[in-house]
Amino acid sequence: MRRELNILIGGEAGQGLVTVGELLTRALIRSGYQVHVTQSYMSRIRGGHNTYAVRAGIENVHGPAQGIDILVALNSETLELHREELTPGAVALKDKNAQASDLEAVDIPFADLAGSALYENVVGLGVLSYILGLDREMPAGCIRSAFEQKKPEAVDKNLEVLDKAYAFASKSGVAGFNLDEPKGSAGLMLAGNQALALGALCAGANFCSYYPMTPSTGIPMTLNSYARDFGMVVEQAEDEIAAINMALGASYAGARSMVATSGGGFALMCEGVSLSGMTETPVVIVVGQRPGPATGLPTRTEQGDLNLVLYSGHGEFPRAVLAPADPGQCFVLARRAFDLAEKSQGPVFILTDQYLADSYRNVHLPDPEILEPVASPEVCGEVQEEYERYAFTPSGVSPRIIPAMSRCLVVLDSDEHTPDGHITEDLQVRKKMVDKRLKKGDILKQEVILPAYTGPQNPKDLLVCWGSTRGPALEAREIMGSENTAVLHFSQVWPLDAEHFRDYLQRAQRVVFVESNATAQFAQLVSSMVQPANMAYVLRYDGLPLDGQYIADNIL
Amino acid sequence: MVSMEDFGSFETAWCPGCGNHSILKCVKEALVQMELEPHQCIFVSGIGQAAKSPHYLRTNVYNGLHGRALPAATGIKLANPQAVVIAQSGDGCNYGEGGNHFLAALRRNINVTLLAHDNQIYGLTKGQASPTTARGQKTKAQPAGNPSEAFNPVGVAVAMQAGMVARGFAGMQDHLTEMIVKAVQHPGFSLVDILQPCVSFNKVNTFAWYKERCYIPEDHDPQNWEQAMALSRQWDEGIPLGVIYQSHKPTFEESLPHPTGEPLFNNRPSIQKLNEVMSSFA
Ligand SMILES: Cc1ncc(C[n+]2csc(CCOP(=O)(O)OP(=O)(O)O)c2C)c(N)n1
Ligand code: SF4
Repeated sequence: MRRELNILIGGEAGQGLVTVGELLTRALIRSGYQVHVTQSYMSRIRGGHNTYAVRAGIENVHGPAQGIDILVALNSETLELHREELTPGAVALKDKNAQASDLEAVDIPFADLAGSALYENVVGLGVLSYILGLDREMPAGCIRSAFEQKKPEAVDKNLEVLDKAYAFASKSGVAGFNLDEPKGSAGLMLAGNQALALGALCAGANFCSYYPMTPSTGIPMTLNSYARDFGMVVEQAEDEIAAINMALGASYAGARSMVATSGGGFALMCEGVSLSGMTETPVVIVVGQRPGPATGLPTRTEQGDLNLVLYSGHGEFPRAVLAPADPGQCFVLARRAFDLAEKSQGPVFILTDQYLADSYRNVHLPDPEILEPVASPEVCGEVQEEYERYAFTPSGVSPRIIPAMSRCLVVLDSDEHTPDGHITEDLQVRKKMVDKRLKKGDILKQEVILPAYTGPQNPKDLLVCWGSTRGPALEAREIMGSENTAVLHFSQVWPLDAEHFRDYLQRAQRVVFVESNATAQFAQLVSSMVQPANMAYVLRYDGLPLDGQYIADNIL
Repeated sequence: MVSMEDFGSFETAWCPGCGNHSILKCVKEALVQMELEPHQCIFVSGIGQAAKSPHYLRTNVYNGLHGRALPAATGIKLANPQAVVIAQSGDGCNYGEGGNHFLAALRRNINVTLLAHDNQIYGLTKGQASPTTARGQKTKAQPAGNPSEAFNPVGVAVAMQAGMVARGFAGMQDHLTEMIVKAVQHPGFSLVDILQPCVSFNKVNTFAWYKERCYIPEDHDPQNWEQAMALSRQWDEGIPLGVIYQSHKPTFEESLPHPTGEPLFNNRPSIQKLNEVMSSFA
C-alpha cells in the first residue's frame, strides 16, 4: 500500500493521452484521493512529446513531484526520455509496438484490446485503474459521465474495452500499486482555467471578450459552454486591443465584464488598462503567464509578467493584482476580482500561468448560496438632472449609474474631465481628479488579502512565494524540515502593505524568494519595502514548473 | 416631443467655418426627427476634432481612445441591445488607427451606426495625411506629396456587402440629416462617410471643391451591389452621395446563441444553474 504515487503518461499530441489522463484523474478524485496534474505539451497539434503527470495521494499533494512510479509510454520516445526518472520498483507500461532497448516494460496490446484506435485510451485507463486497485465501477462511471450526453452509442463499446483491459491487466502479472484508503472526500475535478471561469460565472460575469492565446483560451472556452444558460456574451474580438475596449464598453453599459489573455496579448491591451483607470470603468483582466519575451515558449510556464502587469498602462491610477495559488483559489479570487473592480471602479488583474491553468485538482468549492453578493453599480430610476459620473466624494468613488437604463445621462471621457465627464484643460480640476482617482487605492488597501504564513516563528529559512508556486514551496518546506523552514505566500501581489510582512521577513535567518522567473520580480518589489538581512533565491525559468525537490536542491 | 434644445448647446473647440459645426447640427436634427430622447442614445467616439462631437450633445457619451470607438460601441450594444449606439469619429480615427476594427465591424454587422467625419486630413494633430488623403497631396508632414493611395471606405464597405453604406456632405445639410436618420434606422451596421471640410489644414478639399463634385445619382438601387461597387469607385469625376448600398441580413445580435434583447445588467446568475454547472465537474 502506498500513500502516494506519481503516474506519467507520455506520447505524441493526438494519441489521446489527455483523455486517458483526465478519465484517470476523475476516477481518482471520485474515489476521494487528492490529485495534482501537471500537463506539459509542445506547441503543435500532432506529434511532439507531451506528458500528463498525475500525482495522487491520500492527503494533500501540493505540487508536482520528481520521480515516476508508473510510466505509461504511448511511444518509444517517452520511454527513452523518462527512464532516468523511474523510482525503484517503478513499472513501465508501453505499447506492444514501441521499442524499448534494455528497459523492462510491460507490453500492452493497445490495438488488439481496443479493436479500433478510437478506444485505445480506454485500454490505458483500464490498465492503470487496475494497477491502482480502483474498483472497475470507478473508471466505468467516468466513462459513462464522459460519453452519456455527447455520444451515448459509444458507452457500451467503451465499457467492453474497459473490461478487456481489466482482464488483460489481471493476467499480465504486473505489480499492483494499491493506494491507501483516501482521507479526503471527493470534490470537483477542476483545472485553474475552469475554476476561474466558474468563479467568474458565480460573480455574475456576463461579458467576456478575448483573442485566443495560450494558456488563457480555456477560460472563454469554458464560459462559452455556459453562455446560453447564463445569458452571457462571449465574443472573439478581432485583436486584443478590441477585446479590452469591448469589455470596457460593455462594462460602461452595465455588463460585468472581463478579458482573458497572456503576456503578448496583454501587451496590446495596456492602452485599454489606462482607459479603465481614467474612465473609472471596472474590468477584470486575466493574464495567464507563459515564457516571453515576445512569443517565447507558447505552451510552457513562467511568472515573468508581474512587472508588466504592475506597471501596465500609462499615467497613474490604482489597481489590484491577485495571484491564485491553485484552482480552488482561482474560483474564489475570480469572484473577488469582480467585486474589487466594482468597488474601486477600475482594473483588477488575475495573474495565473500555464502550470496552474492546466493543472487539475480535487477541489471543494464554497456553496454559491452563502457567498456575499458581489458589489453592483446603481441604476437610477428617476431623473437626476445633475448626475455627475465623476462627482467628488470623500472615498474617491463616485456613484456609478448605467446609461440608457434611466433618464440620467452618463458621460465618460478618456481625456481629463470635469465631474460631469466633459473634456477639460482646467489644471486645478486635473489635480483634483488625479487625487480622486488615487484615493480609490485606499479601498484596495483595506481589502487586501494578507499573505499566508506557514511554519515556526523564527525559522532558519523563510520561503517567500506568490501565485502558483505556493504548492511547490510548501513541499519544499517538508523536504527541508518543517521545524526550521517557513513559507510566506502572497495571493495578492498588489497593493502591498509592508506592515503585513515586515516581521516575517525580519524574523527569519534567511529569506529565500521562490519564483518562476529569471529576475526575481517579486523579490525586487518586496525588498524595496522591507530589506531582509539575508536573501537567497530559487528562480526557475526553463519553462517547467517548480517542484519541492527542485526548490530544496537549488537554493542559491 | 423631443426638440433641438433637448440636446443642449455647448461652446465648441472647433475652428470657425469647420465642417464639424454643420454635422453636429444635422445629428441633432436627425435625433429630433427620429424622436429619440437623449437618454436613449449612447454616442461613442475616439480621439480627434470629430471625436469631440459627442461632448457637444446632451446625451450619454463614451469618449474613449484614438481608433477604438467601434470596439467600445460593439461592447456597449452587446451589453444593451435596446440602446441606440452611434459611433462618431474622424477618418484617421476610424480608418487609420482603428482600421482593423472598421473591417471587423463590417463583418460583424452589429446594429451600430458609424458617422465618420472624413476631412481627408488629421485635424487635431495639425495637418498630417490621413488614410483618405489623396495620393500626391502635399501636407506639412508629406511635403513631397502623400506617397500612399487613399483608402476608400465606401468602396471597402460595399465590397464587404456591409449593412448600409452611405455618403453625405457637411455642405448639404438636409441630405446629410436624411442619411443619418436612415443609417440609425437601418437594422445592422451602417456607415455614413461624411465629407467634412477642414478649413485649417486641408486646402485642397474645401467646401467649394466638394460642392463642384458632389451629386446625388438618380435611379440608383442600393440593393444592386454591382451598381453600388461602380458608384463607390467614382471620385474625381464626381462624388456620388446618398445610400450607396444596403443589404438585409441578420444582425450580429440576432445571431448570438441567446438573443434576449435584454440589457446584460439585468442578468443575475441563478444559484440553481450555478449548482448544476458546478456539480457537472464532479
Ligand atoms: C494612441 C494615440 N495615437 C495618436 C494620438 C494623437 N492623435 C490625436 S487625434 C489624431 C488624428 C485625428 O485625426 P482624425 O481622426 O482624422 O480626426 P480629426 O481631428 O481630423 O477630426 C491623432 C493621431 C492619440 N491621441 N492617441
Ligand atoms: S482643425 Fe480642421 S477639423 Fe479641426 S476644427 Fe479646425 S477646421 Fe475643423
